[in-house]
Amino acid sequence: MSKTEQDLLNLPKKKFNYMNLVWLIVIVGGLFVSINETNTHLSVLFANFSQFTDIFVQMCHPDWSYSSTVIPLLLETIKMAILGTVIGSVVAFIYSLLIARNIVKNKAVTGVLRVIMNIIRTIPDLLLGAIFVAIVGIGPVAGILALSVFTFGVVVKLFYEAIETIDPGPIEALTAVGANKLQVIHFAVLPQIMTYFISYVLYAFEINVRASTVLGYLGAGGIGLYLQQTLQVFSYDKTGTIIIFIIIAVVLIDYVSSKSREALMR
Amino acid sequence: MNTTYKLLPPKPKNTKKQVTTWLTVIVSIALIIWSCTGIDFGGIKATAGQIAGAIISGIFHPDWSYVYNGSGEDLVSQLWETLCIAFLGTFISAIISLPFAFWAAHTRHKKWYSSRSGKIVLAIIRSFPEIILALMFIKAVGPGSAAGVLALGFHSVGMLAKLFSEAIENLEEGPNEAVTSVGGSKVNVIMFSIMPNLMPALISNTLYRFDVSIRSASILGLVGAGGIGYPLIIALQYRQWNRVGIILLGIIVMVVIVDWISGQIRKRLV
Amino acid sequence: MADSVKPIIELKKVSKIYDNGTVGLKDIDLTINKGEFVVIVGLSGAGKSTLLRSINRLHDISEGEILIDGKSITKAKGKALRLIRRDIGMIFQSFNLVKRSSVLRNVLTGRVAYYPTWKTTFNLFTKEDKQKAYEALQQVGLADKVYARADELSGGQQQRVAIARVLAQDPKIILADEPTASLDPQTSLRVMEDLKMLNEKYGMTVVANLHSVELAKQFGQRVIGIRAGQVVYDGEMSNTSEAVFTNIYNGGNGSEAEDE
Repeated sequence: MSKTEQDLLNLPKKKFNYMNLVWLIVIVGGLFVSINETNTHLSVLFANFSQFTDIFVQMCHPDWSYSSTVIPLLLETIKMAILGTVIGSVVAFIYSLLIARNIVKNKAVTGVLRVIMNIIRTIPDLLLGAIFVAIVGIGPVAGILALSVFTFGVVVKLFYEAIETIDPGPIEALTAVGANKLQVIHFAVLPQIMTYFISYVLYAFEINVRASTVLGYLGAGGIGLYLQQTLQVFSYDKTGTIIIFIIIAVVLIDYVSSKSREALMR
Repeated sequence: MNTTYKLLPPKPKNTKKQVTTWLTVIVSIALIIWSCTGIDFGGIKATAGQIAGAIISGIFHPDWSYVYNGSGEDLVSQLWETLCIAFLGTFISAIISLPFAFWAAHTRHKKWYSSRSGKIVLAIIRSFPEIILALMFIKAVGPGSAAGVLALGFHSVGMLAKLFSEAIENLEEGPNEAVTSVGGSKVNVIMFSIMPNLMPALISNTLYRFDVSIRSASILGLVGAGGIGYPLIIALQYRQWNRVGIILLGIIVMVVIVDWISGQIRKRLV
Repeated sequence: MADSVKPIIELKKVSKIYDNGTVGLKDIDLTINKGEFVVIVGLSGAGKSTLLRSINRLHDISEGEILIDGKSITKAKGKALRLIRRDIGMIFQSFNLVKRSSVLRNVLTGRVAYYPTWKTTFNLFTKEDKQKAYEALQQVGLADKVYARADELSGGQQQRVAIARVLAQDPKIILADEPTASLDPQTSLRVMEDLKMLNEKYGMTVVANLHSVELAKQFGQRVIGIRAGQVVYDGEMSNTSEAVFTNIYNGGNGSEAEDE
């Protein structure tokens, strides 16, 4: 800058940002503590990595003759996912109407029902599976119940939020002509939100298909049981067959479902 | 009727739309009926109601001696371990996700097959069951939380890298051009323009993934990959319903707190 | 000014056809000399932006060659290309600042091509360069904003940060692509003054696309008219009549004879 004649000032020091330091400490400290707590050392992984790749390589040579066993099981698994989705969605539909503040005005009712919903939402799908197996015994019913409860948690949250954002005009108009609560819902609320509801149900179905494939591992029906059995007897080629079929099914269903969701929202 | 109003015209028909709607409805109903066939609905244990009641009563009458006793086998220590698994797993996956995200992101400088192949790889990773991954890692590093961390770290890449790549696709091109125009290299563009613009999306998506990982980490123990899932499955097997109740309560409280904190941080970000 | 006749940008038979078949530029021959202040006028979509972006190769051309200070940017690759680009500053219509970074970091971006990549990655800019960036900010009157985040600034201020970025880059040529299109008239004037300052004080060659004929008349020394990817007028501003602008903007209905 020799060309400038102006008396140019020196660059002032930057003010120190304490928040950045706090974040750095939280992250580095968190890393240190959790590495310690979980005993994760990459050296162990690399030392035994050959075993990991061994399993992987065996899985990559699937036993195709096993597919005749796999396909009916996979269909049963998908049946579980469909039933779980349907049951959970029906309950979620009614429940959402009860906790939407623009439909039910009683704050006490919506408040209590929302707390219950939020508690149910925190429990992961497989945990629900394990609990239902303990309650109703081993079999697909436990899986369907677990998926229903899980679907309920997914759909209800999205759906009641959608209900609360609808245009209040039609509700007022219907109330003004003297409609009762059910008529208001039928003529003013449902036309505005049905597409959202279907889209959320499809979304939950995608998650359920994934979850249902492993639920059997805990005894809750479907193909997961065979995952466990083949793994236990170290026949990784069969495990590989199952996993490949699962991946194909999941990717296919995901694709179809997300395309139909896009079509719906258009 | 003396007035000469016109009669209501018949509803205009949109045959194609009607047919598709009815077809969809029929197929859906058929699918649901098909699903009901061949599933064994019998065999529900007679004691089902009793057990459910016992678990719920366990939530309200917690086994306090189990909550904390300093042995390292108690609820708080196990929850802490679960939290650590989720934290480390999320951290690892966030780092692995970055290169994958750049691979899968569809930007105008790349050939279509490059990003498409990345998207397919991510879809496969996403569909690979987490529990199986955990079992494979258990074979490699032995049972315990390390296997859980690794399973979580690899599995989360499928979803996290997808979210990251969508964020990259949504970036504006302008600032990148500015860095290129002053003579910056590709690395310069990434460091000076893409990363700073991407940061909020990276942090917010990682936090979101942390919420999901907490739930996953509490499952992984069911197959022996560390965390709270293991004492839970033991308690279920030994029919210690009170203990099942308190563990569930612990998981619920932990998840609610983590969700709340990460929600607060994400709110600040925007 | 003896060396002012030295050519700094030479376009030789340059054509650009987009992938979808649209013709961007058609057979352009153009020489711009050192120290000139050139304004390019024409309708939107005429190819002004394509021309400018071809000069620093943000767009690749389909045919022909472009020389910058005697060196071919068309054939340059990798590091050589980046070194040529280092000598060409660019100012954008949408400012193109990294909005979440500090003003200082945005200005320092202008210096990246002076460093090896690993140094800039770890933010190892020298003290002199930081001072240089700060001085550039003082020249555009934004010294007090040095540690502010770019998105806290108004549009006019952001464009002046972009000018400071070019100042820190210390180039020989400045390409300005509609620098005032997203600004109000008063701020536009201020930005044009800054460009003029760069031209007069530092002898940088300025090539600016302008939408506004008013600003073009006020600041340009030389006018280049573009229509449908071709140069339809090239001359000194002082010799350019109102009819020429009408012709450039209204398409060649009739009065073309008096241009050539």
